[in-house]
Formats: sequence, C-alpha cells, structure tokens
Amino acid sequence: MSNVLTENKKNSVSLSTEPIVKYLDVKKSFGDTHVLKGINLEIRPGEKIAVIGPSGSGKTTIIRMLMTLEEPTSGDIIVNGKNLWKMEKNGQLVKANEKHIREVRGDIGMVFQHFNLFPHMTILENCMAAPIHVKKENKDEVRERSIKMLERVGLGTKLDFYPSQLSGGQKQRVAMARALVMRPKIMLFDEVTSALDPELVGEVLEVIRDIAENDDMAMVLVTHEMEFALDIADKVLFLDQGVIAEQGTANEVLVDSKNERVQSFLKRFRKA
Amino acid sequence: MGDNFRWETFFDALPIVLQGLGVTVGLTFACFGFALLFGFVWIFFRRIPNKLIVSIVTWVMEFIRSTPPLVQLFFVYYALPVVPVIGVTLEPFTCAILAIGIHYSTYIGEIYRSGIESVDKGQWEASIALNFSTMDKWRRIILPQAIPPTIPMLGNYFIIMFKEVPLASIIGVTGILAMANSYGALNFAYLEPLTIVGIIFLLLSYPSSILIKKLEVKMNTRFDKNVLLEKAKKKSIPDMNLKESDRIV
Ligand SMILES: Nc1ncnc2c1ncn2[C@@H]1O[C@H](COP(=O)(O)OP(=O)(O)OP(=O)(O)O)[C@@H](O)[C@H]1O
Ligand SMILES: [Mg+2]
Repeated sequence: MSNVLTENKKNSVSLSTEPIVKYLDVKKSFGDTHVLKGINLEIRPGEKIAVIGPSGSGKTTIIRMLMTLEEPTSGDIIVNGKNLWKMEKNGQLVKANEKHIREVRGDIGMVFQHFNLFPHMTILENCMAAPIHVKKENKDEVRERSIKMLERVGLGTKLDFYPSQLSGGQKQRVAMARALVMRPKIMLFDEVTSALDPELVGEVLEVIRDIAENDDMAMVLVTHEMEFALDIADKVLFLDQGVIAEQGTANEVLVDSKNERVQSFLKRFRKA
Repeated sequence: MGDNFRWETFFDALPIVLQGLGVTVGLTFACFGFALLFGFVWIFFRRIPNKLIVSIVTWVMEFIRSTPPLVQLFFVYYALPVVPVIGVTLEPFTCAILAIGIHYSTYIGEIYRSGIESVDKGQWEASIALNFSTMDKWRRIILPQAIPPTIPMLGNYFIIMFKEVPLASIIGVTGILAMANSYGALNFAYLEPLTIVGIIFLLLSYPSSILIKKLEVKMNTRFDKNVLLEKAKKKSIPDMNLKESDRIV
C-alpha cells in the first residue's frame, strides 16, 4: 500500500511547476579547501530529493547553505523567486541583511543529526515556541496543532517531558514535529538517523516516510539509508568531490548508473 | 585602646554599628545589580563584529580589572569632578556604586561569556532554522541556558562584593565599618565595634555561601532525568508516568 502512495506522490510532482529553490552556480570554500565547486540545482514544490555521496563530499554544506547556516563563497540560492543571500538596494544587488534573510528563509525547515532540541523547554514548548514568537500565531491554535503533531509522531503522551527524558529516536521525532508545526514548504534532513542506536532508526524513518507520503512539502534528505532513499525519493543526487556527479530517479542513480564513482561508492557501501 | 575586651562597650556599640547595616547591605545589592547589568554591556560590545571595537573593549576591561577598586573609588570621587567637560560631582553612595559596580562588572561579564560559550552550537543553529529574531534567540533560547549554570558563580561574586563594600567608608559612606570607626574614635574603643563588624560579616557571608553551594547542585542537575522525575512525582502530573525502571542510575 505504501508503494501505491509513493507512486502517486511521485506523479504529483509536475515538472512544469516553477522550482521553489534554485541554486545558481553556488561555490563554497573553507579557507583553501574548495568544498563545493559550482552547484546548480532546482527543487520543485513537493519534490523529494535524496543526497548521497562519500564522506566530505559536501552534502551537509549544500543544505546548510539553504538553511543560511553557511554562506556561499560565490553564487546564490533563489527561494520563491527571491535571492537568499543578496538583496536589492538602490537598484543594486548587495549582501542581504538579517531582515531580508529572515523573510526569505521562512519557508525552510531543518532537522539535524543531533536533534538540537531546546533542553529548557518541554517537548510541547519546543514545538510551540517558534510558531508563537516567530510567526506570531494564536497560542491556543498553536498548542492544538503542536499536540496533534506530537501525536502524529507518536509522542502524544509525553507532552510535558523534557528532552533529557527521551530516547534518541523520540528526540528526533520531536525535532521533526517542531519543524513541521512551522509548516515549511521545504524540509531539510541531515543524516537524521546517524546519531541513533540501530534499533531506533526504524521509528524515525517511519515518520519521515509518513511525511513524504502525506505532506506536500519538498524534502531534501542527506542520507546513508540507500534502500530508504530508493523508496521515497523522486530524485537522487550523487555528490562527489564538490560537484553533483550524477542525478536522476532513484533507479537511474542507485541501480542503473554507469558512473564508476557511483558504482564504487555503492559497492563500498554495501560491504559496510 | 589597649584595655581588654568589655561586654559593656560591646553592647553599647552594637546598636550604633547596626545603624550602618542598611547602608552596607543596600550598597552591596546596588553594586551587584549594577554589575549584573553592566556585565551585559561588556558582552554586547565584545560581540560587535568589529575587531577594533572588540580589542578596545577587551583592553578597557583588562585595565579596570588590573587596577585596585580602591584607586577606582578615589578616582570617581576625587578625580572625576575635576575632569574637564564630563566632570561631575557625585554623592559618595553613587560613587561607590559606580566604582565597585564597574570593577566587578568586568568579572561578571566574563562569567556571562563562559555561560554563553557553554551553550551548544546546535542551539544557535536550531534558532536559525526556526527563524527566531536575534532578540528572541537571545531571550528565549541562549540566555535561559547560558545564565542558570552561572548563578552559583554570580552568587560568589555577590559575597565578594559584600566584603568589598566597606571600602566605601573611606569616601564617607556610613556603612557598618564607618559606624564602628566613628564609635571607636569617639569612645577610644575599637576592639568591640570592630568585633561586631566581623561577626556581622561572618553571620551574613557564611550562610550565603552554603546557600550558593546548594544552588550549584540544583543548577547542575536542572535537567537531570531523576530530578525531573522527583518533581513530577510531587506535582503528580498524570502525563509523567515514567516507570521506576526508567530511572538512570
Ligand atoms: N565549518 C567548517 N570549517 C572548515 N571546514 C569545513 C567546515 N564544514 C565543513 N568543512 C569541510 O568541508 C567538507 C565537506 O563537509 P560536509 O560536512 O559538507 O561533508 P558531508 O558530505 O556532509 O560529509 P559526511 O558524510 O561526513 O557528513 C569536509 O572536508 C569538511 O571537513
Ligand atoms: Mg554531513
């Protein structure tokens, strides 16, 4: 049944729609290391993209720049038709200020490898804080929505728990609920299962699958879970040495690819 | 002077010395409050992304810290009024707040800094990912995590400042030390009034330091699972149905 849903979802991503995100020749160096050497990438509304590639290839950096946690060395990212890192001033493009960046990144949410829940708030407060203080939404409405969201990720009975009282898998599910109540149009996931004990990975992947199948936001997943990527992604990017070395449907990249680097990566991966 | 300790004098001096207690305690709170606020001023300037400003501020802090508070007190009281343009004459009490408050604010600024640096960098990133404004990020995410662990250290500085405040007697602030001194001068008996001063400091400082130790334990275990469990039991929130087996030992 889940396959049918996935298929439908895939068909619903129409290639004719305008991309919601466009990377325009984005480069990133840390000092002398050129981590990303010119990324061009389009993300369409609702599209599910998996990013794979060897360690250090720049997967995390790609999505951190979209979340504005890292500034590109050159190039820019367009979100909803607006430059993310630059803004117009007197007819010229200048470095964006805080106000502009906040405006443009409002549609983007992110889930981190290490959860990053706020330890001084209960999990319900974790979910409610941003909608209330950032989006200035009605408190009762936010509470109701947050409770529903926490129920959806299976934590409806632990609303008053603090993060320290939860397992890693539970924390990560809270982190997802916290991002979801902001109703982002694009959700970024950075290896969200890799800090978890193996037996807790499944519960987190189930939540992601649920989101992928039932919500219509775009998703970018940096992941080492190949099977999972194959299952839910509309598009797979293989990142290698700072460039997108291969991209296509999950089958094209993970099964049929003739690219040597992809094959050796997958081979090494299967052995591990 | 020279004669032995006499209880008669002791009880004669007691009410007079105690008259200064309000001023001493009041001045301590005022200096501490001022230092707590001014500590943030240092932090604010040191976080401005401008190397020149940061190094000037760092240097000024270092300068203030390596000069004795007594010298600063004299400066504010005697020298400030004759400085051209900005020169003002201030009440002794105000001078003491300024001098002692600013001196200790440099230490308190350092404490804040250590607290802020101890906040995990993931917390900053989560605040960005949830699009918090700079103001809300500090107010709701960073400071609530950065400040509580520093409370015991701040408490220690409160006690240190309490013991430093008698300096102000030199410019005529009539705290307990000044009262003891003037009693001594009038009656040629210093032993008893100064003993009283000592006892008062002991009586106030010692329990405070015990309190601070308790606070320290409490702050360190704030989000400890077992502590939360106990709290939940007391409040008996139905949601908190953690089993005994969930305890971390
Ligand atoms: N803040 C930083 N300062 C310096 N170098 C960095 C920084 N962040 C990342 N790098 C470097 O950039 C390169 C790419 O890092 P990135 O985290 O994007 O890789 P990744 O593909 O996510 O790797 P992994 O699979 O190990 O998570 C690495 O060589 C890393 O050392
Ligand atoms: Mg990474």
